[in-house]
Amino acid sequence: MLHYPEQFIFEISGIIDRFVDWILDTFGGLFDVITTVVLALFNGFDFVLSAIPWWIYIIAVAYLGFKLYSYLGGLILATMLFLIAMFGLWDPMIYTLVIIFISVFVSLIIGIPSGIIMAKSKPIESIFKPILDGMQTMPSFVYLIPAIMLFGIGRVPAVVATTIYAVPPLIRLTYLGITNVNKEVVEAGKSFGSTPAQMLFKIEIPQSISTIMTGINQTTMMAMAMVVIASMIGAEGIGDEVLISIRRLEVGRGFQAGLAIVFLAIILDRILQGFASKFNRTEGLDV
Amino acid sequence: MSKHIKVENLSVIFGKPSQVEQAKSMLDTDMHVSEIMEKTGVTVANRNVNFEIYPDELFVIVGLSGSGKSTFIRTLNGLNKPTRGDIIIDGENINDMDNMRLRTFRRKEVSMVFQHFGLLSHRNVLENVEYPLEIQHVDKKERTEKALEAIKQVGLDGWEHHMPSQLSGGMKQRVGLARALVNNPELLLMDEPYSALDPLIRRDMQNELLNLDDSFDRTIVFITHDMNEAFRLGERIALMRDAEVVQIGTPKDFFENPANDYVRDFIADVDKTRILKVRSVMRKPSYTALPSDHPKTLLEKLESGNLEFCYVTDDDNKFLGYVTTEQLKRSKAKSLERLVTEDNTVINRNAYLKDIWKNLSDATFEVAVLDGKKRLRGVISNDDIINVLAD
Repeated sequence: MLHYPEQFIFEISGIIDRFVDWILDTFGGLFDVITTVVLALFNGFDFVLSAIPWWIYIIAVAYLGFKLYSYLGGLILATMLFLIAMFGLWDPMIYTLVIIFISVFVSLIIGIPSGIIMAKSKPIESIFKPILDGMQTMPSFVYLIPAIMLFGIGRVPAVVATTIYAVPPLIRLTYLGITNVNKEVVEAGKSFGSTPAQMLFKIEIPQSISTIMTGINQTTMMAMAMVVIASMIGAEGIGDEVLISIRRLEVGRGFQAGLAIVFLAIILDRILQGFASKFNRTEGLDV
Repeated sequence: MSKHIKVENLSVIFGKPSQVEQAKSMLDTDMHVSEIMEKTGVTVANRNVNFEIYPDELFVIVGLSGSGKSTFIRTLNGLNKPTRGDIIIDGENINDMDNMRLRTFRRKEVSMVFQHFGLLSHRNVLENVEYPLEIQHVDKKERTEKALEAIKQVGLDGWEHHMPSQLSGGMKQRVGLARALVNNPELLLMDEPYSALDPLIRRDMQNELLNLDDSFDRTIVFITHDMNEAFRLGERIALMRDAEVVQIGTPKDFFENPANDYVRDFIADVDKTRILKVRSVMRKPSYTALPSDHPKTLLEKLESGNLEFCYVTDDDNKFLGYVTTEQLKRSKAKSLERLVTEDNTVINRNAYLKDIWKNLSDATFEVAVLDGKKRLRGVISNDDIINVLAD
């Protein structure tokens, strides 16, 4: 009685495999479309980001840092970016940025409308909430599995996995922003005869813009975290550097790539937060 | 134009539909609202409310927090739906308005001012005031013009390009008021507009509101929890408690015939002469004449009514003066116009009783009460005041 009786073992892996096969057979066309779109986006973003000379990035970051913070802020951010270039990680960084930008771009298209619908409809709210909770507690590796199953190995599943992982905070914060608009402001809008669309575009979205900006920031950071992990399923970029270093036990190379990831994360975070706080200045609850 | 509002047996209940149905059947019993709420789990905000608000009236609803007054004012523009009963505005039942009609109604005919201002913090003063016109697609030039005019009306000119966060509470509420006036509504709803302001500013704002009320034909429904404010502003007042109306009447009615001990307590510490305005103590003139009236027929009328004199107004009710019965007897004039004597002891209807002793002591007869546009609104005499104070 020491071991679990073998006759009671019932593996569901076979069923899942068959289910995935069925999905691929039935919705294959859809996945082909997604693949085509993602690749087109990839090529587009890659073309643009690669066409800009490295020093323009550094000047731009320095300028934004100065505008949003101070001389010192600009100097620090620009130095970080320069260090990434100095480590010889410029091209992997651009590759990583491309994936992040596509994920954020797609997240904006999916996330903001979803958040708005969730705020407007009770039934959808009650469906979305547990799903979002589940998505945010799920370990990030888990997202790699369905991505590989449906899209194989390469940059397409990397983009898909990154996007799915990154979108929940934007949905949640858009929802939060819209539902938290001051009750009297909403009443005022209604009492002057606004249509639902006018309520949304002239009152609710402008009033929650800083919360939505925070959501965009968080989504970007989530994408940043995921894109490193997604290197395991074939995304190149800085994450790949880390992965290679782990496999070959090259401590120095791994540390250097890790540092570059931290720098990139800080630069993105500071710039986005700077924009968010600009919006914040025109917003306040007690008005 | 201004609105006439009739509230018939209005009840507003918040809760789950099944509970609301259950609570509805209890409304007409003797059960206290707290009992109904406990039994069914709903919130009864208004229970069998009945009253009328007349055109051009400044009607105040007063009550402690939770008495249902804010819920009530929100049913007047459809922000809350009646659970039962009707609100009839100029003959139109608000329950029968579809979405389109309700939107037009809100855009053109009714405006609201909020306790915490409800300003759009992402827009400057001008853009806030323009908002009601903007959503009606009024063109940019016209709406800016109208908004500037409204801003001027509330005394905020020069502040158009400031953000709401840069303004003091009183100024924010002026923006709220300008925004509510910009579409020139026939009905103005004010939900505790001055409760968040400090006392000095509150008094200024109250006076400005009274002046504003004088210069336009507009029905105003004003909510407050402050009895002093209610008496200072209201032509008629409804006192609410536990979702029901306890008493409706002029300030004078409240002092003369408080409906019960609750009302008596509510008004106990009020200095009547500081609170009561001429407008709430004045009577309707027994008879007014037009300049076109024939002196002879007028004389007959006055004598049959045993009157010593009467006031004369033009077709727009604008005050011209008075004629005495003596004058009419002596004169042989064919037209009344020449006989009218100018009267300099007139009183503004918004004056407090404490400020009119001198006018009354100088007057021979009762004194004419006028509004800001010099229209005759009523008459007042020493006896009227003594009667009020005697209670």
